[in-house]
Amino acid sequence: MKLMFKTAAATALIAAAGMAHGNLSDDKVKIGVLTDMGGVYSDITGQGSVEAVQMAVDDFGGEVLGKPIEVVGADTQLKPDIGSTIARQWIESEQVDVINGAVASSVTGAVTKLMSDAGKITLIAAPASHAFTTKGCSPYNAHWSYDVVSLANGTVKPMVEAGKNRWFFITADYGFGHSLESVATGVIEANGGEVVGAVRAPLATTDFSSYILQAQASGADVIALANTGSDMVNALKTAAEFGVTEMAEVAGLLVFTPNAQALDPAIAGGMKLTTGFYWDMDDQTREWSKRYMARMDGTIPSMAQAGAYSSTMHYLKAVEAAGTDESDAVMAKMKETPVEDFFSRNGYLRMDGRMVHDMLQVRIKTAAERSNPNDIFEIEKVIKGEDAFLKLEDGGCEFALNHQ
Amino acid sequence: MATFFDINLFALFGQLLIGLINGSFYALLALGLAIIFGLLKIINFSQGALYMLGAFAAWIGLNYLGISYWWALVLVPLAVGAFGILMERVLIRPIANEDHLYSLLLTFGIALILQGLFSHGFGSSGLSYPMPEELRGGTRLSFMYLPNYRAWIIVFSLLVCASTWFMIEKTRLGAYLRAGTENPQLMKAFGINVPLLVTLTYGFGVGLAGLAGVLAAPVYTVSPDMGANILIVVFAIVVIGGMGSIGGAILTGLAMGIVEGLTKYFYPEASNTVIFLVMVLVLLVKPAGLFGKEA
Repeated sequence: MKLMFKTAAATALIAAAGMAHGNLSDDKVKIGVLTDMGGVYSDITGQGSVEAVQMAVDDFGGEVLGKPIEVVGADTQLKPDIGSTIARQWIESEQVDVINGAVASSVTGAVTKLMSDAGKITLIAAPASHAFTTKGCSPYNAHWSYDVVSLANGTVKPMVEAGKNRWFFITADYGFGHSLESVATGVIEANGGEVVGAVRAPLATTDFSSYILQAQASGADVIALANTGSDMVNALKTAAEFGVTEMAEVAGLLVFTPNAQALDPAIAGGMKLTTGFYWDMDDQTREWSKRYMARMDGTIPSMAQAGAYSSTMHYLKAVEAAGTDESDAVMAKMKETPVEDFFSRNGYLRMDGRMVHDMLQVRIKTAAERSNPNDIFEIEKVIKGEDAFLKLEDGGCEFALNHQ
Repeated sequence: MATFFDINLFALFGQLLIGLINGSFYALLALGLAIIFGLLKIINFSQGALYMLGAFAAWIGLNYLGISYWWALVLVPLAVGAFGILMERVLIRPIANEDHLYSLLLTFGIALILQGLFSHGFGSSGLSYPMPEELRGGTRLSFMYLPNYRAWIIVFSLLVCASTWFMIEKTRLGAYLRAGTENPQLMKAFGINVPLLVTLTYGFGVGLAGLAGVLAAPVYTVSPDMGANILIVVFAIVVIGGMGSIGGAILTGLAMGIVEGLTKYFYPEASNTVIFLVMVLVLLVKPAGLFGKEA
């Protein structure tokens, strides 16, 4: 049985005294972190996301407008019903002001709906679906690290432009995989390429050899893996084993740092992918990441975890600037202030809730290029936020379009 | 769909062979379960976790103790078997005379604990185990490229399955074992140490899971939930074959690998359901399973 756990009651106690000059709903700001503590996405988010949010609170000074900031965390077990039950309990009886996280697009979909109805903000740092800022957008969503469109633009487009025209998809058979495949297909066709075949593999497929053989038989130039986590790792391993990598290129469309570390560099070395953040990019990212790693037994932060910090920090600054934790005022401040920190470069929160920032096109280093186990990516190109993400006009987010 | 009947014969051969490879995996895991159930009447839900334990033991052996793949193939099943023996003596023995449900719940609990421990210690993303040098590369057959390691899986696991079947069904030791579980009192009267026999049998069945774990390590991600993913499928295979039928488990394992392989070719979305569909159909027609004896 997994119970809700509180991570930082201590922080709340620190600020016993403080001048009450702000206008806070219940004399504190409470941040709920919804995440996956024990499932397939727990390395990408999990305790690391809770820690990242706590770190933002600590760096902010533990209080805002003279009142304490509290962080609570809970495990959704990747189930939408559990996620929305916790979220409802949080906002109805535990005075949670904002939720950060909710990993897996399916859970986030349920949670953002509930939060929007209650007029509360959701900071979306981990999920991939672009629905939260397009058809399913809300004035209370802030989608941070990346989305399927930026992955497709970052990874797929340059490959098609380089003459890799024939594509075969191995797709995770659920919402995320389908949306990634359809967005990537759009990018391929718009640039003159074609999709020669696709298979939908159930989530947590153990053996991909059958699909790899089908991909091989299709004569594709590129085998695109529209899946993630251990499914992606297994598919890539199998492709290498069956000698496919010598004939076709394999493109991992969503690769998080822990997955890249789980791959044998002899197999994955040279593969290109797109990420919203890499810990070893420059002094600023390294400084933050080292502090994070000190709190997390040396594990490097994923883009979801770094995004959890960045979004929390931006939220807290907005509360301070707005002088209240009232959602509409805070969101207005968040949207008018540029997002410029270790995580986000040239970033801003667009009206539809998309945090547009520069994305990184990286290449997985070969064994010879790595100086230590955390040295996994070589940054090849920085993609401007405007080129990476879907344009607001094309997203179909009603309220944002009407606003203009 | 036009492509449905437009079957490329070569591609089909490839899928059949792949199915056979996966099937030999299933056979190995199902065999361990069938032995434990058939001879001891324990529904061992921790078999998947012990398979995971085997893969992790191989990984830990390689990275911390310098134990090569080949040594792991020998040592890991022994270590996992020893762990199983400890489990049987300390935890399962005290409830041996209770309803089967108790051992099911107990072993399920052990599986969750093991999975949680490894997830806590090694994370959920999985680890990679390098392919042994001697088995890299592959052979280009007329219809597909067969990696050497996959060929090795078929040959090795079929060998293990066949010799286990032979030992239990055709040798004197096997006869003792079967008699000991049929009528323990009589066997004790003949001077056979039945509790020891039971412990060793459990250890052997569990060791097979450990062995499958070592075999899987180079091809699949070594991750805490690798066992949970495969356990239910393997259980379905044992049920289809007939609970406790040793030969049935082996043959059904191979057959279901092929059925699954073909499904992945014709309709991939159903590939993780098809075995359960077969299970339902078999249970409707033959409630004791294909090779089971009617009670």
